[in-house]
Amino acid sequence: MLSEFFSLTVLTGIAYSGIRLATPYLFAALGEMFAQRSGVVNLGVEGIMLVGAFTGFAVATWTSNLWLALFCAAVVGIIMGLAMSYISVNMQAEQGISGIGMHLFGLGLSSLLFKKWLGSTKAITGFQPIKIPILGDIPIIGEIFFNHNILVYIAFLLVPIAAWVLNKTTFGLKIRAVGVKPEAADSLGVSVARIRYSCVTFGGMMAGIAGAALPLALINLFQENMTSGIGFIAVALVYFGGWSPTGVMLGALLFSLVNALQLWIQVLDKDKVIPSDFALMLPYIMTIAVLAFGKRTNQPAALTKPFERGSH
Amino acid sequence: MSQVRRIINTSFESLLPIVGVVFALIIGAFMLLALGANPITAYAALIEGAFGSQYSFMQTLVKATPLLLVGLGVCIAFRGGIINIGGEGQIIVGGLASTALALAMPSLPGILLLPMALAAGMLAGAIWGGVPGVLKAKLGVNEILTTIMMNAIAMQLSNFLLRGPMIDPKEVAAKTYLPQSAPVPEQAWLLRLLPPTLLHLGTILAVVLAVLVFIFLWRTTIGYRIRAVGLNPSAAKYAGINVPTYQALALILGGAFAGLAGAVEVLGVSHRMLEGVSGGYGFSGIVAALFGKLHPLGSIPASVLFGSLLVGADKMQRAVQVPASLIEVILGLVVIFVVSSELWARRQASKRKTS
Repeated sequence: MLSEFFSLTVLTGIAYSGIRLATPYLFAALGEMFAQRSGVVNLGVEGIMLVGAFTGFAVATWTSNLWLALFCAAVVGIIMGLAMSYISVNMQAEQGISGIGMHLFGLGLSSLLFKKWLGSTKAITGFQPIKIPILGDIPIIGEIFFNHNILVYIAFLLVPIAAWVLNKTTFGLKIRAVGVKPEAADSLGVSVARIRYSCVTFGGMMAGIAGAALPLALINLFQENMTSGIGFIAVALVYFGGWSPTGVMLGALLFSLVNALQLWIQVLDKDKVIPSDFALMLPYIMTIAVLAFGKRTNQPAALTKPFERGSH
Repeated sequence: MSQVRRIINTSFESLLPIVGVVFALIIGAFMLLALGANPITAYAALIEGAFGSQYSFMQTLVKATPLLLVGLGVCIAFRGGIINIGGEGQIIVGGLASTALALAMPSLPGILLLPMALAAGMLAGAIWGGVPGVLKAKLGVNEILTTIMMNAIAMQLSNFLLRGPMIDPKEVAAKTYLPQSAPVPEQAWLLRLLPPTLLHLGTILAVVLAVLVFIFLWRTTIGYRIRAVGLNPSAAKYAGINVPTYQALALILGGAFAGLAGAVEVLGVSHRMLEGVSGGYGFSGIVAALFGKLHPLGSIPASVLFGSLLVGADKMQRAVQVPASLIEVILGLVVIFVVSSELWARRQASKRKTS
């Protein structure tokens, strides 16, 4: 059994699925990274993802237009992100708790509408793999990296783009300033509220897309509570990745590779020799360890602290 | 005149959670309309489903019990300035531990076995809350994230145990492999108070504990220190209170109560460990505690209210064909409204100070 497991085909398969499964984590966590860099923890990502997943699946079922489905999920994410911005910026609500409210709301709304409008339905046809010319023909490497569907490519391309926006643009500088010292940014004429609104709303949009990626690019189905914690993990991945896009990507890959590994164990390990549930615990335990012992050099100083003019 | 306004304002503030629920129900009514259901019929069915008969009312109390227990833990943790999102995981390990203990000692008399099983649930929950608590105290690790991670770990642990070492041997023999444990010995069950209803001794236990938590938080030194740490950690530190220790304690106690909720669900309702034992109580318990203004006694009516929503939802679903998930939407809105209204209350308070 073990020799079978270490065969090249299986290892390639694990790497391929790992990269594929990283997609929802990446979308959600990169969006959340912007929110947190501006000083807001949006713990409602999970709820937004669920509504995004439902929207994507429903629109794809009704119209068979995958891009329209993705667009609608993004719009729903934007609306929920705006609501979260209002709650965090204007109402200055405790972010740990309001996020739980958003989670319950999204969990309830997505199952409500699914049961009411769709019930049990057939699988949709999701985005199909696109083989990149030349690169896709390289043995092994091509199979692992260059034969994915479009959302997988977009998710990974967003990593350098996010790093560039954050570190090389004026907008990124403003985001970082607002997250570290909002009073100072404010005194220089940067609107703290506007920056936080943009970042949290962008995070909401990305969460909507991340949710839609599940039915459109990975599973082709909708199930109640189908995100099963990915949104919460995305919030933690931002801490895990030290608030940097590359770090977030590595964290996302850790979770998705362990998931892929576990799926393959289930397929190959018919006698249940390896308790694969323990493998699934590993990334969570590692996340706790990184949270406990990792450096927090990039942590925005004003994280979770509402800003009010004149209160400082 | 200003005197009158002041009184109106303060009493309105204490009503804010109720206003939040009313708003949430109004939005729920619009959603019902949008889904083509008559909101009045729907809510009437909901109320009837929750309070219409002795059986349904007792069912409401049965659902309110884990909400209250989790809510008590949330009260202690939040009062200590700790946000415990780990209720779900703490309930799961509480259920697992009490089941394992009861199954391991089937020959013990109930008078020993029942309290031991309850204590095992509490202990497991305390450990599950204790890990994030100690990490927070010693290393300043964000407890929101660690409690969420602990939820996921508890879920995997339960998946493993209920499919492996703890699975009911009958499930294996029948090759059905339902992920559930064998039934716990009958002497470990919590007494059913009003058969055939499911009301059990755990409900009374929860109410008694609510009173004890109230006494603990407001009448003992440790409770006072937990609240002081939650209100103003730097002032508490200045007053010589060991802030990290009390933060950890708040989370350990919070976990213990959620773990007890898991044990009570097993020993009072299902009589075996099931996969869905936490049933979202870890989150809805937070709603109940917030609605009760983080007061242990306020959590009692709050738990009954949200228990009634959960029970009545099934009747509503049958009456107007709107899925019971609507209740989760309403719970979420309640949380958002209640935490958002705190700003309004703070502003009113600071206005009163300056005028």
